[in-house]
Amino acid sequence: MGMTLTEKILARHAGLERVEPGQIINANVDLVLANELSAAVAIGVMRGIKGADRVFDRSRIALVEDHFVPAKDAQSAKLAKLMKDFAIEQEIVHFFDVGRGGIEHVVLPEEGLVAPGELIVGGDSHTCTYGAFGAFATGMGSTDIAAAFVLGEVWLKVPASIKLVYNGKLGPMVYAKDLMLRTVGELGIDGATYRAIEYHGTTVDELSITGRITMANMAIEAGAKNGIFHADAKTIAFVKERTNRDFAVDRADHDAVYERVVTIDAGSLEPQVACPHTPDNVHPISEVAADNVSVDQVFVGSCTNGYIEDLRIVAKILDGKKIASNVRVIVNPGSQKVWMQAAQEGVLTTLAAAGCVVNTPGCGACFGGHMGTLGDGERAISTTNRNYVGRMGSPKSEVFLASPATCAASALSGRITDPRVLELAGV
Amino acid sequence: MEARLSGKAHKYGKNVDTDVIIPGKYCNIIDPVELGKHALEGLDPEYTRKMKTGDVIVAETNFGCGSSREVAPIAIKGSGTSAVIAKSFARIFYRNALNIGLPIFESEAAVDGITDGDEIELEPATGKIVNRTKGQTYQAAEFPPFMRSLIDAGGLVPYVEKRLAESKK
Ligand code: SF4
Repeated sequence: MGMTLTEKILARHAGLERVEPGQIINANVDLVLANELSAAVAIGVMRGIKGADRVFDRSRIALVEDHFVPAKDAQSAKLAKLMKDFAIEQEIVHFFDVGRGGIEHVVLPEEGLVAPGELIVGGDSHTCTYGAFGAFATGMGSTDIAAAFVLGEVWLKVPASIKLVYNGKLGPMVYAKDLMLRTVGELGIDGATYRAIEYHGTTVDELSITGRITMANMAIEAGAKNGIFHADAKTIAFVKERTNRDFAVDRADHDAVYERVVTIDAGSLEPQVACPHTPDNVHPISEVAADNVSVDQVFVGSCTNGYIEDLRIVAKILDGKKIASNVRVIVNPGSQKVWMQAAQEGVLTTLAAAGCVVNTPGCGACFGGHMGTLGDGERAISTTNRNYVGRMGSPKSEVFLASPATCAASALSGRITDPRVLELAGV
Repeated sequence: MEARLSGKAHKYGKNVDTDVIIPGKYCNIIDPVELGKHALEGLDPEYTRKMKTGDVIVAETNFGCGSSREVAPIAIKGSGTSAVIAKSFARIFYRNALNIGLPIFESEAAVDGITDGDEIELEPATGKIVNRTKGQTYQAAEFPPFMRSLIDAGGLVPYVEKRLAESKK
Protein backbone atom coordinates (compact mmCIF):
# COMPACT_ATOMS: atom_id res chain seq x y z
CA MET A 1 0.00 0.00 0.00
CA GLY A 2 1.39 3.38 -0.96
CA MET A 3 1.72 6.57 1.04
CA THR A 4 0.27 10.03 0.62
CA LEU A 5 2.51 13.07 0.26
CA THR A 6 2.05 13.94 3.93
CA GLU A 7 2.84 10.38 5.05
CA LYS A 8 6.06 10.32 3.01
CA ILE A 9 7.38 13.52 4.54
CA LEU A 10 6.43 12.46 8.04
CA ALA A 11 8.01 9.01 7.64
CA ARG A 12 11.30 10.51 6.50
CA HIS A 13 11.40 12.98 9.39
CA ALA A 14 10.64 10.22 11.87
CA GLY A 15 13.37 7.99 10.41
CA LEU A 16 10.79 5.35 9.50
CA GLU A 17 10.23 3.30 6.36
CA ARG A 18 6.52 4.06 6.45
CA VAL A 19 3.82 5.53 8.66
CA GLU A 20 0.08 4.95 8.93
CA PRO A 21 -2.72 7.35 9.82
CA GLY A 22 -3.28 7.42 13.57
CA GLN A 23 0.31 6.45 14.38
CA ILE A 24 2.11 8.70 16.88
CA ILE A 25 5.59 9.63 15.74
CA ASN A 26 8.50 11.73 16.91
CA ALA A 27 9.64 13.82 13.97
CA ASN A 28 12.65 16.07 13.41
CA VAL A 29 11.76 19.59 12.40
CA ASP A 30 13.56 21.63 9.77
CA LEU A 31 12.26 24.96 11.02
CA VAL A 32 10.37 26.27 14.05
CA LEU A 33 8.48 29.55 13.68
CA ALA A 34 6.99 31.95 16.18
CA ASN A 35 5.63 35.50 16.21
CA GLU A 36 5.81 37.93 19.11
CA LEU A 37 2.58 36.64 20.66
CA SER A 38 3.26 32.92 20.50
CA ALA A 39 6.97 33.47 21.22
CA ALA A 40 6.27 35.46 24.37
CA VAL A 41 4.40 32.52 25.88
CA ALA A 42 6.83 29.93 24.45
CA ILE A 43 9.87 31.73 25.83
CA GLY A 44 8.22 31.79 29.26
CA VAL A 45 7.63 28.03 29.03
CA MET A 46 11.20 27.39 27.85
CA ARG A 47 12.60 29.34 30.80
CA GLY A 48 10.75 26.92 33.04
CA ILE A 49 12.20 23.77 31.44
CA LYS A 50 15.07 22.44 33.52
CA GLY A 51 18.25 22.03 31.50
CA ALA A 52 16.99 24.05 28.53
CA ASP A 53 19.15 27.13 28.19
CA ARG A 54 19.82 26.98 24.45
CA VAL A 55 17.63 26.41 21.41
CA PHE A 56 18.44 23.26 19.45
CA ASP A 57 19.77 25.12 16.42
CA ARG A 58 19.87 28.89 16.14
CA SER A 59 19.66 28.74 12.35
CA ARG A 60 16.49 26.65 12.32
CA ILE A 61 14.27 29.04 14.21
CA ALA A 62 12.46 31.98 12.64
CA LEU A 63 11.07 34.77 14.81
CA VAL A 64 8.89 37.37 13.12
CA GLU A 65 7.39 40.49 14.71
CA ASP A 66 4.07 40.87 12.92
CA HIS A 67 0.89 40.89 14.98
CA PHE A 68 0.94 44.14 16.99
CA VAL A 69 3.85 45.93 15.32
CA PRO A 70 4.93 48.67 15.07
CA ALA A 71 3.87 48.33 18.69
CA LYS A 72 0.29 49.42 19.22
CA ASP A 73 0.83 50.13 22.93
CA ALA A 74 3.28 49.58 25.76
CA GLN A 75 2.01 46.05 26.43
CA SER A 76 2.57 45.07 22.77
CA ALA A 77 6.00 46.71 22.84
CA LYS A 78 6.83 44.53 25.83
CA LEU A 79 6.10 41.33 23.90
CA ALA A 80 8.00 42.53 20.84
CA LYS A 81 11.00 43.35 23.03
CA LEU A 82 10.77 40.05 24.85
CA MET A 83 11.14 38.20 21.55
CA LYS A 84 13.88 40.51 20.30
CA ASP A 85 15.90 40.07 23.50
CA PHE A 86 15.52 36.31 23.20
CA ALA A 87 16.67 36.45 19.57
CA ILE A 88 19.78 38.35 20.61
CA GLU A 89 20.49 36.11 23.60
CA GLN A 90 20.13 32.91 21.54
CA GLU A 91 21.82 34.43 18.47
CA ILE A 92 18.82 33.49 16.33
CA VAL A 93 19.81 33.87 12.67
CA HIS A 94 16.34 34.51 11.27
CA PHE A 95 14.87 37.28 13.37
CA PHE A 96 12.72 39.82 11.53
CA ASP A 97 11.85 43.10 13.13
CA VAL A 98 9.60 45.67 11.43
CA GLY A 99 11.20 47.12 8.33
CA ARG A 100 12.90 43.82 7.52
CA GLY A 101 10.02 41.42 7.66
CA GLY A 102 6.27 41.59 7.52
CA ILE A 103 3.71 38.84 8.06
CA GLU A 104 5.52 35.65 9.08
CA HIS A 105 3.94 33.48 6.38
CA VAL A 106 4.77 35.97 3.66
CA VAL A 107 8.32 36.43 4.91
CA LEU A 108 9.46 32.82 5.30
CA PRO A 109 8.97 31.74 1.67
CA GLU A 110 10.41 35.05 0.44
CA GLU A 111 13.55 34.48 2.46
CA GLY A 112 14.05 30.95 1.17
CA LEU A 113 13.30 29.42 4.56
CA VAL A 114 10.74 26.99 3.16
CA ALA A 115 11.49 24.18 0.69
CA PRO A 116 9.69 21.06 -0.57
CA GLY A 117 9.82 17.98 1.63
CA GLU A 118 10.59 19.93 4.80
CA LEU A 119 8.80 19.72 8.12
CA ILE A 120 7.90 23.06 9.65
CA VAL A 121 6.02 23.83 12.83
CA GLY A 122 4.92 27.28 13.88
CA GLY A 123 3.25 29.02 16.76
CA ASP A 124 0.52 30.23 14.45
CA SER A 125 -2.36 28.28 12.96
CA HIS A 126 -1.66 29.54 9.43
CA THR A 127 1.72 27.82 9.42
CA CYS A 128 -0.07 25.38 7.09
CA THR A 129 0.64 27.99 4.36
CA TYR A 130 3.97 26.29 3.53
CA GLY A 131 2.12 23.28 2.17
CA ALA A 132 2.02 25.43 -0.99
CA PHE A 133 5.68 24.43 -1.46
CA GLY A 134 5.24 20.70 -0.86
CA ALA A 135 6.34 20.95 2.77
CA PHE A 136 4.54 19.46 5.77
CA ALA A 137 3.69 22.46 7.90
CA THR A 138 1.35 22.79 10.85
CA GLY A 139 0.42 25.23 13.58
CA MET A 140 0.81 24.53 17.27
CA GLY A 141 0.47 26.32 20.58
CA SER A 142 3.28 27.90 22.52
CA THR A 143 4.11 24.99 24.82
CA ASP A 144 4.62 22.69 21.83
CA ILE A 145 6.72 25.40 20.21
CA ALA A 146 8.84 25.74 23.34
CA ALA A 147 9.44 21.97 23.23
CA ALA A 148 10.39 22.22 19.55
CA PHE A 149 12.76 25.15 20.26
CA VAL A 150 14.60 22.94 22.72
CA LEU A 151 14.40 19.45 21.20
CA GLY A 152 14.21 20.20 17.48
CA GLU A 153 11.50 17.59 17.27
CA VAL A 154 7.79 17.25 17.84
CA TRP A 155 5.36 14.45 18.49
CA LEU A 156 2.66 14.17 15.86
CA LYS A 157 -0.26 11.95 15.11
CA VAL A 158 -0.10 10.98 11.45
CA PRO A 159 -3.24 12.39 9.82
CA ALA A 160 -5.36 10.54 7.28
CA SER A 161 -5.46 12.47 4.00
CA ILE A 162 -8.35 13.93 2.04
CA LYS A 163 -7.68 14.28 -1.67
CA LEU A 164 -9.18 17.35 -3.32
CA VAL A 165 -9.29 17.30 -7.09
CA TYR A 166 -9.95 20.51 -9.01
CA ASN A 167 -10.59 20.36 -12.72
CA GLY A 168 -11.47 23.01 -15.26
CA LYS A 169 -10.23 26.44 -16.19
CA LEU A 170 -11.04 29.37 -13.90
CA GLY A 171 -13.32 31.97 -15.46
CA PRO A 172 -12.57 35.69 -15.57
CA MET A 173 -12.28 37.34 -12.14
CA VAL A 174 -12.27 33.93 -10.45
CA TYR A 175 -9.18 33.20 -8.38
CA ALA A 176 -7.53 30.72 -6.02
CA LYS A 177 -9.33 32.47 -3.14
CA ASP A 178 -12.69 31.63 -4.68
CA LEU A 179 -11.63 27.99 -5.11
CA MET A 180 -10.57 27.77 -1.50
CA LEU A 181 -13.64 29.53 -0.11
CA ARG A 182 -15.77 27.07 -2.08
CA THR A 183 -13.67 24.22 -0.66
CA VAL A 184 -14.12 25.38 2.94
CA GLY A 185 -17.82 25.76 2.20
CA GLU A 186 -17.97 22.15 0.93
CA LEU A 187 -15.92 20.60 3.72
CA GLY A 188 -17.24 22.74 6.59
CA ILE A 189 -15.08 24.28 9.32
CA ASP A 190 -14.52 20.95 10.99
CA GLY A 191 -14.71 18.87 7.82
CA ALA A 192 -10.98 18.16 7.78
CA THR A 193 -10.21 18.16 11.51
CA TYR A 194 -7.21 15.91 12.29
CA ARG A 195 -6.78 15.37 8.53
CA ALA A 196 -4.30 16.36 5.86
CA ILE A 197 -5.61 17.98 2.70
CA GLU A 198 -3.79 17.10 -0.53
CA TYR A 199 -4.54 19.37 -3.49
CA HIS A 200 -4.67 17.84 -6.98
CA GLY A 201 -5.99 18.53 -10.47
CA THR A 202 -5.36 20.54 -13.58
CA THR A 203 -6.74 23.74 -12.06
CA VAL A 204 -4.19 23.85 -9.26
CA ASP A 205 -1.37 22.79 -11.60
CA GLU A 206 -2.08 26.01 -13.47
CA LEU A 207 -2.09 28.19 -10.35
CA SER A 208 0.77 30.52 -9.52
CA ILE A 209 2.76 30.04 -6.33
CA THR A 210 0.74 32.86 -4.77
CA GLY A 211 -2.52 31.11 -5.67
CA ARG A 212 -1.32 27.92 -4.02
CA ILE A 213 -0.26 29.88 -0.95
CA THR A 214 -3.78 31.32 -0.69
CA MET A 215 -5.24 27.81 -0.79
CA ALA A 216 -2.80 26.09 1.56
CA ASN A 217 -3.18 29.01 3.99
CA MET A 218 -6.88 28.32 4.47
CA ALA A 219 -6.58 24.54 5.02
CA ILE A 220 -6.93 25.32 8.74
CA GLU A 221 -10.27 26.97 8.01
CA ALA A 222 -11.57 23.47 7.30
CA GLY A 223 -9.89 22.31 10.51
CA ALA A 224 -7.06 20.51 8.69
CA LYS A 225 -3.69 19.79 10.26
CA ASN A 226 -1.97 20.65 7.00
CA GLY A 227 -2.77 21.31 3.37
CA ILE A 228 -0.22 20.29 0.77
CA PHE A 229 0.56 20.64 -2.94
CA HIS A 230 3.04 18.65 -4.98
CA ALA A 231 6.11 20.72 -5.77
CA ASP A 232 6.52 21.23 -9.53
CA ALA A 233 8.83 23.18 -11.83
CA LYS A 234 7.29 26.47 -10.62
CA THR A 235 7.91 25.60 -6.99
CA ILE A 236 11.45 24.46 -7.59
CA ALA A 237 12.29 27.61 -9.56
CA PHE A 238 10.82 29.80 -6.79
CA VAL A 239 12.75 28.03 -4.04
CA LYS A 240 16.06 27.78 -5.93
CA GLU A 241 16.02 31.52 -6.50
CA ARG A 242 16.03 31.97 -2.75
CA THR A 243 18.16 29.21 -1.25
CA ASN A 244 21.05 26.90 -2.10
CA ARG A 245 20.19 24.19 0.35
CA ASP A 246 19.24 20.69 -0.79
CA PHE A 247 15.68 19.51 -0.55
CA ALA A 248 13.69 16.42 -1.43
CA VAL A 249 10.75 16.47 -3.81
CA ASP A 250 8.24 13.81 -2.78
CA ARG A 251 5.24 12.47 -4.66
CA ALA A 252 2.24 10.65 -3.32
CA ASP A 253 2.25 7.01 -4.43
CA HIS A 254 -0.28 5.97 -7.07
CA ASP A 255 -1.79 3.53 -4.60
CA ALA A 256 -1.81 5.96 -1.68
CA VAL A 257 -4.86 5.60 0.53
CA TYR A 258 -7.15 8.58 0.98
CA GLU A 259 -9.94 8.77 3.46
CA ARG A 260 -12.04 10.72 0.97
CA VAL A 261 -11.77 12.13 -2.51
CA VAL A 262 -13.66 15.35 -3.21
CA THR A 263 -13.91 16.69 -6.75
CA ILE A 264 -14.58 20.33 -7.41
CA ASP A 265 -15.51 21.66 -10.82
CA ALA A 266 -13.51 24.86 -11.09
CA GLY A 267 -14.67 25.71 -14.60
CA SER A 268 -18.20 26.60 -13.55
CA LEU A 269 -17.20 28.43 -10.38
CA GLU A 270 -18.19 32.04 -9.89
CA PRO A 271 -16.53 34.37 -7.36
CA GLN A 272 -17.37 33.25 -3.81
CA VAL A 273 -18.01 35.08 -0.55
CA ALA A 274 -17.90 33.73 3.01
CA CYS A 275 -20.67 35.52 4.87
CA PRO A 276 -20.66 36.18 8.64
CA HIS A 277 -19.75 34.56 11.00
CA THR A 278 -17.91 31.44 9.85
CA PRO A 279 -15.51 30.83 6.96
CA ASP A 280 -17.69 27.96 5.71
CA ASN A 281 -20.79 30.13 5.26
CA VAL A 282 -19.89 30.43 1.60
CA HIS A 283 -22.19 31.68 -1.16
CA PRO A 284 -21.71 32.61 -4.80
CA ILE A 285 -21.25 36.34 -5.35
CA SER A 286 -24.39 36.60 -7.47
CA GLU A 287 -26.48 35.59 -4.45
CA VAL A 288 -24.71 37.89 -1.99
CA ALA A 289 -24.55 40.90 -4.33
CA ALA A 290 -28.28 40.60 -5.02
CA ASP A 291 -28.91 41.60 -1.39
CA ASN A 292 -27.29 45.00 -1.92
CA VAL A 293 -24.96 44.74 1.07
CA SER A 294 -23.22 48.04 1.82
CA VAL A 295 -19.80 47.99 3.47
CA ASP A 296 -17.92 50.41 5.73
CA GLN A 297 -14.46 48.99 5.26
CA VAL A 298 -12.56 47.04 2.64
CA PHE A 299 -9.40 45.32 3.83
CA VAL A 300 -6.76 44.00 1.47
CA GLY A 301 -3.87 42.14 3.03
CA SER A 302 -3.00 39.19 5.33
CA CYS A 303 -1.06 35.98 4.82
CA THR A 304 -3.89 34.80 2.55
CA ASN A 305 -3.92 37.65 0.04
CA GLY A 306 -1.25 40.23 0.89
CA TYR A 307 1.10 39.39 -1.99
CA ILE A 308 2.22 41.51 -4.94
CA GLU A 309 -0.05 39.57 -7.27
CA ASP A 310 -3.03 40.48 -5.06
CA LEU A 311 -2.13 44.16 -4.83
CA ARG A 312 -1.70 44.31 -8.62
CA ILE A 313 -5.23 42.98 -9.12
CA VAL A 314 -6.65 45.62 -6.79
CA ALA A 315 -4.61 48.41 -8.40
CA LYS A 316 -5.69 47.36 -11.86
CA ILE A 317 -9.35 47.59 -10.87
CA LEU A 318 -8.97 50.89 -9.00
CA ASP A 319 -6.66 52.54 -11.53
CA GLY A 320 -7.81 56.07 -12.34
CA LYS A 321 -10.97 55.74 -10.23
CA LYS A 322 -12.15 56.75 -6.78
CA ILE A 323 -13.45 54.45 -4.10
CA ALA A 324 -17.07 55.03 -3.01
CA SER A 325 -17.61 57.79 -0.45
CA ASN A 326 -19.18 55.47 2.15
CA VAL A 327 -16.19 53.19 2.38
CA ARG A 328 -12.61 53.24 3.67
CA VAL A 329 -10.09 50.94 2.07
CA ILE A 330 -7.13 49.70 4.07
CA VAL A 331 -4.27 47.93 2.32
CA ASN A 332 -1.52 46.07 4.21
CA PRO A 333 1.19 44.75 1.92
CA GLY A 334 2.23 41.39 3.34
CA SER A 335 5.90 42.16 3.74
CA GLN A 336 8.54 44.82 3.34
CA LYS A 337 9.53 43.20 0.03
CA VAL A 338 5.94 43.23 -1.24
CA TRP A 339 5.66 46.87 -0.15
CA MET A 340 8.88 47.80 -1.98
CA GLN A 341 7.87 46.04 -5.15
CA ALA A 342 4.42 47.62 -5.07
CA ALA A 343 6.08 51.00 -4.61
CA GLN A 344 8.45 50.43 -7.52
CA GLU A 345 5.65 49.33 -9.82
CA GLY A 346 3.49 52.33 -8.94
CA VAL A 347 0.86 50.09 -7.37
CA LEU A 348 0.93 52.01 -4.09
CA THR A 349 0.46 55.34 -5.86
CA THR A 350 -2.50 53.98 -7.82
CA LEU A 351 -4.09 52.71 -4.60
CA ALA A 352 -3.46 55.95 -2.71
CA ALA A 353 -4.80 58.05 -5.60
CA ALA A 354 -8.00 56.02 -5.55
CA GLY A 355 -8.43 56.82 -1.86
CA CYS A 356 -6.95 53.74 -0.16
CA VAL A 357 -4.72 54.03 2.88
CA VAL A 358 -1.59 51.88 2.69
CA ASN A 359 -0.42 50.60 6.05
CA THR A 360 2.87 49.23 7.15
CA PRO A 361 3.37 45.50 6.40
CA GLY A 362 2.02 43.22 9.12
CA CYS A 363 -1.14 41.53 10.35
CA GLY A 364 -2.86 44.79 11.32
CA ALA A 365 -6.62 44.68 10.96
CA CYS A 366 -6.78 40.96 10.03
CA PHE A 367 -7.31 39.79 13.61
CA GLY A 368 -8.75 42.97 15.08
CA GLY A 369 -5.32 43.88 16.41
CA HIS A 370 -4.92 47.47 15.28
CA MET A 371 -4.85 49.74 12.23
CA GLY A 372 -8.41 49.13 11.06
CA THR A 373 -10.43 47.67 13.91
CA LEU A 374 -14.19 47.54 13.24
CA GLY A 375 -16.70 49.28 15.50
CA ASP A 376 -20.21 48.25 16.57
CA GLY A 377 -22.52 47.79 13.61
CA GLU A 378 -19.74 48.08 11.02
CA ARG A 379 -19.39 45.73 8.09
CA ALA A 380 -16.25 44.84 6.17
CA ILE A 381 -15.34 42.85 3.12
CA SER A 382 -11.85 41.48 3.45
CA THR A 383 -9.26 39.34 1.68
CA THR A 384 -8.38 37.64 5.00
CA ASN A 385 -9.14 34.08 6.12
CA ARG A 386 -11.45 34.29 9.15
CA ASN A 387 -14.73 36.02 9.91
CA TYR A 388 -15.69 34.69 13.33
CA VAL A 389 -17.66 36.98 15.64
CA GLY A 390 -15.39 39.86 16.63
CA ARG A 391 -12.50 38.71 14.45
CA MET A 392 -11.78 42.21 13.17
CA GLY A 393 -12.98 44.15 16.19
CA SER A 394 -16.39 44.62 17.78
CA PRO A 395 -18.47 41.47 18.36
CA LYS A 396 -21.23 43.53 16.78
CA SER A 397 -19.39 43.93 13.48
CA GLU A 398 -19.57 41.71 10.41
CA VAL A 399 -16.87 40.39 8.10
CA PHE A 400 -17.32 38.98 4.59
CA LEU A 401 -14.37 37.14 3.05
CA ALA A 402 -13.61 37.39 -0.65
CA SER A 403 -10.88 37.65 -3.27
CA PRO A 404 -8.88 40.84 -3.88
CA ALA A 405 -10.87 41.39 -7.11
CA THR A 406 -14.23 41.14 -5.32
CA CYS A 407 -12.94 43.44 -2.58
CA ALA A 408 -11.72 45.99 -5.14
CA ALA A 409 -15.03 45.93 -7.02
CA SER A 410 -16.82 46.44 -3.69
CA ALA A 411 -14.53 49.37 -2.87
CA LEU A 412 -15.65 51.14 -6.04
CA SER A 413 -19.36 50.68 -5.41
CA GLY A 414 -19.39 50.75 -1.60
CA ARG A 415 -21.34 47.50 -1.51
CA ILE A 416 -20.53 43.85 -2.11
CA THR A 417 -20.10 43.65 -5.85
CA ASP A 418 -19.45 40.96 -8.44
CA PRO A 419 -16.11 41.82 -10.06
CA ARG A 420 -17.31 40.28 -13.31
CA VAL A 421 -19.57 43.31 -13.74
CA LEU A 422 -16.39 45.35 -14.13
CA GLU A 423 -15.15 42.95 -16.75
CA LEU A 424 -18.33 43.49 -18.74
CA ALA A 425 -17.97 47.25 -18.35
CA GLY A 426 -14.42 46.95 -19.71
CA VAL A 427 -12.72 48.05 -16.49
CA MET B 1 -3.39 13.09 39.90
CA GLU B 2 -5.81 16.01 39.72
CA ALA B 3 -8.48 16.28 42.35
CA ARG B 4 -12.17 16.11 41.65
CA LEU B 5 -13.62 19.14 40.01
CA SER B 6 -17.13 20.42 40.39
CA GLY B 7 -19.36 23.31 39.50
CA LYS B 8 -22.26 24.52 37.43
CA ALA B 9 -22.53 23.84 33.70
CA HIS B 10 -22.57 26.74 31.24
CA LYS B 11 -23.79 25.41 27.95
CA TYR B 12 -22.90 26.75 24.49
CA GLY B 13 -23.27 25.67 20.86
CA LYS B 14 -20.95 24.24 18.23
CA ASN B 15 -17.77 25.74 16.75
CA VAL B 16 -16.89 27.94 19.73
CA ASP B 17 -13.84 29.52 18.11
CA THR B 18 -10.70 31.00 19.65
CA ASP B 19 -11.65 34.52 18.49
CA VAL B 20 -14.66 34.47 20.82
CA ILE B 21 -12.82 32.59 23.59
CA ILE B 22 -10.26 35.37 23.75
CA PRO B 23 -10.62 38.19 21.20
CA GLY B 24 -7.49 39.22 19.27
CA LYS B 25 -7.17 42.54 21.02
CA TYR B 26 -6.35 40.76 24.30
CA CYS B 27 -3.70 38.51 22.78
CA ASN B 28 -0.95 40.83 23.93
CA ILE B 29 -1.74 39.85 27.52
CA ILE B 30 0.17 36.93 29.03
CA ASP B 31 -0.98 36.95 32.64
CA PRO B 32 -3.50 34.07 33.08
CA VAL B 33 -5.67 35.93 35.60
CA GLU B 34 -5.85 39.05 33.42
CA LEU B 35 -6.67 36.87 30.41
CA GLY B 36 -9.26 35.07 32.49
CA LYS B 37 -11.21 38.31 32.95
CA HIS B 38 -12.00 38.20 29.24
CA ALA B 39 -12.70 34.49 28.83
CA LEU B 40 -15.51 33.84 26.32
CA GLU B 41 -16.04 37.59 26.00
CA GLY B 42 -16.83 37.41 22.30
CA LEU B 43 -19.46 34.71 22.83
CA ASP B 44 -21.01 35.62 26.16
CA PRO B 45 -19.85 38.91 27.69
CA GLU B 46 -21.63 37.88 30.92
CA TYR B 47 -19.69 34.62 31.32
CA THR B 48 -17.01 35.81 33.74
CA ARG B 49 -19.61 37.63 35.83
CA LYS B 50 -22.02 34.75 36.16
CA MET B 51 -19.53 31.88 36.57
CA LYS B 52 -17.96 30.74 39.83
CA THR B 53 -14.63 29.01 40.34
CA GLY B 54 -15.00 25.33 39.49
CA ASP B 55 -17.74 25.83 36.91
CA VAL B 56 -17.64 23.87 33.68
CA ILE B 57 -18.05 24.94 30.05
CA VAL B 58 -20.17 22.49 28.04
CA ALA B 59 -20.30 22.81 24.25
CA GLU B 60 -21.23 20.95 21.11
CA THR B 61 -18.72 19.95 18.38
CA ASN B 62 -15.39 21.52 17.30
CA PHE B 63 -14.69 23.52 20.45
CA GLY B 64 -11.68 25.85 20.10
CA CYS B 65 -11.47 26.03 16.33
CA GLY B 66 -9.49 28.80 14.67
CA SER B 67 -6.17 30.17 15.80
CA SER B 68 -3.34 28.43 17.62
CA ARG B 69 -3.36 30.98 20.43
CA GLU B 70 -2.47 29.14 23.61
CA VAL B 71 -3.97 32.08 25.51
CA ALA B 72 -7.40 30.59 24.67
CA PRO B 73 -7.18 27.62 27.07
CA ILE B 74 -5.06 29.80 29.41
CA ALA B 75 -7.89 32.36 29.58
CA ILE B 76 -10.45 29.66 30.33
CA LYS B 77 -8.27 28.22 33.07
CA GLY B 78 -7.39 31.71 34.31
CA SER B 79 -11.09 32.51 34.75
CA GLY B 80 -11.40 29.71 37.28
CA THR B 81 -13.30 27.42 34.94
CA SER B 82 -12.36 23.89 35.92
CA ALA B 83 -12.87 22.03 32.64
CA VAL B 84 -14.47 21.95 29.21
CA ILE B 85 -16.80 19.15 28.11
CA ALA B 86 -17.52 19.02 24.37
CA LYS B 87 -18.62 16.56 21.71
CA SER B 88 -15.33 17.22 19.93
CA PHE B 89 -12.38 19.60 20.05
CA ALA B 90 -10.41 21.38 17.34
CA ARG B 91 -6.96 19.89 16.94
CA ILE B 92 -4.68 22.69 18.16
CA PHE B 93 -6.92 23.59 21.09
CA TYR B 94 -6.96 19.97 22.23
CA ARG B 95 -3.18 19.83 22.29
CA ASN B 96 -2.85 23.23 23.94
CA ALA B 97 -5.36 22.35 26.65
CA LEU B 98 -3.42 19.21 27.56
CA ASN B 99 -0.14 21.12 27.48
CA ILE B 100 -1.28 23.82 29.86
CA GLY B 101 -3.28 21.49 32.09
CA LEU B 102 -6.86 22.51 31.33
CA PRO B 103 -8.91 19.31 31.78
CA ILE B 104 -11.00 18.49 28.72
CA PHE B 105 -13.64 15.79 28.33
CA GLU B 106 -14.96 14.49 25.03
CA SER B 107 -18.45 13.00 25.37
CA GLU B 108 -21.56 13.22 23.19
CA ALA B 109 -23.78 11.69 25.87
CA ALA B 110 -22.65 14.18 28.50
CA VAL B 111 -23.25 17.17 26.24
CA ASP B 112 -26.69 15.87 25.26
CA GLY B 113 -27.57 15.02 28.85
CA ILE B 114 -26.41 18.22 30.52
CA THR B 115 -28.66 21.29 30.66
CA ASP B 116 -27.40 24.77 31.36
CA GLY B 117 -27.09 25.21 35.13
CA ASP B 118 -26.75 21.51 36.02
CA GLU B 119 -24.33 20.67 38.84
CA ILE B 120 -21.42 18.68 37.43
CA GLU B 121 -18.67 16.66 39.08
CA LEU B 122 -15.64 15.51 37.13
CA GLU B 123 -12.82 13.03 37.56
CA PRO B 124 -10.06 13.90 35.11
CA ALA B 125 -8.10 10.76 35.87
CA THR B 126 -10.89 8.41 34.83
CA GLY B 127 -12.93 10.61 32.52
CA LYS B 128 -16.01 10.15 34.69
CA ILE B 129 -18.63 12.91 34.46
CA VAL B 130 -21.41 13.01 37.07
CA ASN B 131 -24.49 15.15 36.58
CA ARG B 132 -25.71 15.65 40.16
CA THR B 133 -28.78 17.58 39.12
CA LYS B 134 -30.05 14.82 36.85
CA GLY B 135 -28.46 11.88 38.65
CA GLN B 136 -26.72 10.70 35.49
CA THR B 137 -23.18 9.50 34.87
CA TYR B 138 -21.31 9.72 31.57
CA GLN B 139 -17.91 8.44 30.47
CA ALA B 140 -15.60 10.65 28.40
CA ALA B 141 -13.57 9.18 25.55
CA GLU B 142 -10.26 7.76 26.71
CA PHE B 143 -7.09 9.62 25.78
CA PRO B 144 -4.86 7.77 23.32
CA PRO B 145 -2.08 5.96 25.25
CA PHE B 146 0.68 8.39 24.24
CA MET B 147 -1.32 11.37 25.47
CA ARG B 148 -2.29 9.55 28.63
CA SER B 149 1.40 9.02 29.32
CA LEU B 150 2.08 12.72 28.72
CA ILE B 151 -0.73 13.71 31.08
CA ASP B 152 0.45 11.24 33.69
CA ALA B 153 3.99 12.57 33.39
CA GLY B 154 2.61 16.00 34.29
CA GLY B 155 2.46 17.46 30.77
CA LEU B 156 4.85 18.27 27.99
CA VAL B 157 7.41 20.17 30.08
CA PRO B 158 8.46 17.21 32.27
CA TYR B 159 8.53 15.10 29.11
CA VAL B 160 10.97 17.54 27.49
CA GLU B 161 13.08 17.61 30.65
CA LYS B 162 13.32 13.83 30.59
CA ARG B 163 14.35 13.85 26.94
CA LEU B 164 16.99 16.51 27.60
CA ALA B 165 18.40 14.59 30.55
CA GLU B 166 18.60 11.43 28.41
CA SER B 167 20.39 13.20 25.58
CA LYS B 168 22.98 14.66 27.94
CA LYS B 169 23.88 11.27 29.39
S1 SF4 C 1 -2.28 38.03 8.66
FE1 SF4 C 1 -3.99 37.41 9.94
S2 SF4 C 1 -4.19 35.23 9.68
FE2 SF4 C 1 -2.17 35.80 8.89
S3 SF4 C 1 -0.76 35.51 10.60
FE3 SF4 C 1 -1.46 37.63 10.68
S4 SF4 C 1 -3.25 37.63 12.06
FE4 SF4 C 1 -2.86 35.51 11.43
